Amino acid sequence: MTDNRPPRRRSASFPPEVLAEIHRAADQGVYEIRGFGAKRYLPTFDDLVFLGASVSRYPLEGYREKCETNITIGTRFAKKPIELKIPITIAGMSFGSLGAKAKEALGKAATEMGTSTTTGDGGMTEEERQSSKTLVYQVLPSRYGMNPDDLRRGDAIEVVVGQGAKPGGGGMLLGQKITKRVADMRTLPEGIDQRSASRHPDWTGPDDLAIKIKELREITDWEKPIYVKIGATRTSYDVALAVKAGADVVVLDGMQGGTGATQDVFIEHVGIPTLPAVRLAVNALKELGMHREVQLIVSGGIRTGADVAKAMALGADAVSIGTAALVAMGCNKAVHIEDYHALGTEPGYCHHCHTGLCPVGITTQEPELEARLAPEHGARLLKNYLTTMVLEAQTLARACGKSHLLNLEPEDLVALTMEAAAMAGVPLAGTDWIPGRGAT
Amino acid sequence: MTVIDLSKTSLRDLNQRLHDLNGADRNNEWRITNPSGEHAIAVGLNAPTNVQIDGPVGYYCGGMNKEAMITINGHCGWGVGENIMSGFIRVKGNASESAGASGRGGMIVIEGDASSRCGISMKGVDIVVTGSVGHMSAFLAQKGHLVVGGDVGPDLGASIYEAVIYVQGKVNGLGTDCIEKDMTPEHRKNLARLLQEAGVDMNPAGFRRYGSARKLYHFNVDHADAY
Repeated sequence: MTDNRPPRRRSASFPPEVLAEIHRAADQGVYEIRGFGAKRYLPTFDDLVFLGASVSRYPLEGYREKCETNITIGTRFAKKPIELKIPITIAGMSFGSLGAKAKEALGKAATEMGTSTTTGDGGMTEEERQSSKTLVYQVLPSRYGMNPDDLRRGDAIEVVVGQGAKPGGGGMLLGQKITKRVADMRTLPEGIDQRSASRHPDWTGPDDLAIKIKELREITDWEKPIYVKIGATRTSYDVALAVKAGADVVVLDGMQGGTGATQDVFIEHVGIPTLPAVRLAVNALKELGMHREVQLIVSGGIRTGADVAKAMALGADAVSIGTAALVAMGCNKAVHIEDYHALGTEPGYCHHCHTGLCPVGITTQEPELEARLAPEHGARLLKNYLTTMVLEAQTLARACGKSHLLNLEPEDLVALTMEAAAMAGVPLAGTDWIPGRGAT
Repeated sequence: MTVIDLSKTSLRDLNQRLHDLNGADRNNEWRITNPSGEHAIAVGLNAPTNVQIDGPVGYYCGGMNKEAMITINGHCGWGVGENIMSGFIRVKGNASESAGASGRGGMIVIEGDASSRCGISMKGVDIVVTGSVGHMSAFLAQKGHLVVGGDVGPDLGASIYEAVIYVQGKVNGLGTDCIEKDMTPEHRKNLARLLQEAGVDMNPAGFRRYGSARKLYHFNVDHADAY
């Protein structure tokens, strides 16, 4: 039987997902809040490739010659810089957004791998401090759980100005995740929708930040490295101002960076991708003569050892992962399918961290769900993943003839697209052209 | 009493000595002269020591204080007693912005005026200001008390949680979700206690009470115009 109906035509302006969002907004009258990071297409490190050694370059033997991965963080002013065995750190994720077992698993894996974890908007938990040998303590606009004892117990201090998922916005934790323990740590009523401040309460501009950093140094007797974390927006200026304010380390989070709960419109429409942000940050540091003096940690969409190697080739000293670490521990894994369905989603598409009903027990405070993540098992998975990433990055570095990941350089890279070439500041493959820099 | 002249001793040396107090020294008395507006004086103290500062101080004096009793004989810059945990800070002068920001315990008494955002993000500290305070004071105040003997600027208590505000003078506008509440006998008694602890001679009968309407505790589309 012939179907004589005219072919259906999908609207480019109003594809099904846009229609669905308009319908949802009309029903609810409020923006969508969700977890995870940007889902739109963005230029990424995948748009870059390495130029492996051949006649003009000399490779290292893949299984016989060492490629070092250790880094030292906080060498500018701190009496006690941090020594890490691998240049992949675990980004700040709050207890509250994550369950205590997830935080413990992160700490165990990081400790075994010789790297650091970071607290989050809500303070430091005992489980976290005990499990993580090297713990970075965040000073956030909300100051939830902030206290001088934990400041001194931290191995470094991270002043959070912004994050890639929402530069210019504060944290958010919906009522269903504000359990008694979370509420007590944050001095909030149990069960309310918590919206953190977007600005620090006691400083505003860069001159104030310099004084704030001085205060933190004085309180901790100048022992701890002080990081300044920024969401990637006006990166050149922000990096320069962080350096001027006295940061030992700049943490730069691109717009692919994840979140536990934020407005979708914020996640998808604010900030710049990690790829151009790295180049802008490195240029700013070099202009100030501070590249490698102030360490640069890059985060936002780091997923593979290739991403690690490319970020470092562009000039980063290390990277930080958040979402990818959770995925390694089971986020979006095809288990407990019925619980994904109950949330109206499928494994592979889940961004429902904000609900507190994480099917795999990571971003939840529900005891029954949390029980699905044994810290030892989660740590093992993350350790395996970190190990893989390091091996991948070493593989690429050796192919470029580098005996340390820090020896990778922009000259090892070319871009596959004009956009990536312009953003990363490396030549388009097969040419010596870097868009925006004119003919050579 | 140990006297430290900040024109001759570095800030670093001063703070290190205050941090290193132990044993009987923890109860010592200190007098700091010539502060000259230096920032971060006597921050991170962790002992019931008595510190008197003779002159004006810069930002964050007494920041993150625990146990210590600090008296500032002069004006002070931003964030005096920020994130104070316990102890007592008395300012015999005016305070600049964000006095007592995020304070979690203890008491701060300002015998003068305080500028904008006094008590911002406070989490349990008690702040008593004998004079007036500027705009956005007690913004996001979560817990504790802000007592103002004089007037308050616009947007008092915007997005306030469970902190309590007492004001004797004129209120030049309430912030989002902040409302005037009944001054019950229980509250007068509470205020009298705070004034007594602060060593401030004021009559609780002349004060009004402000706090959260609790309408913004959960997202509600009908309250969208409040943001």
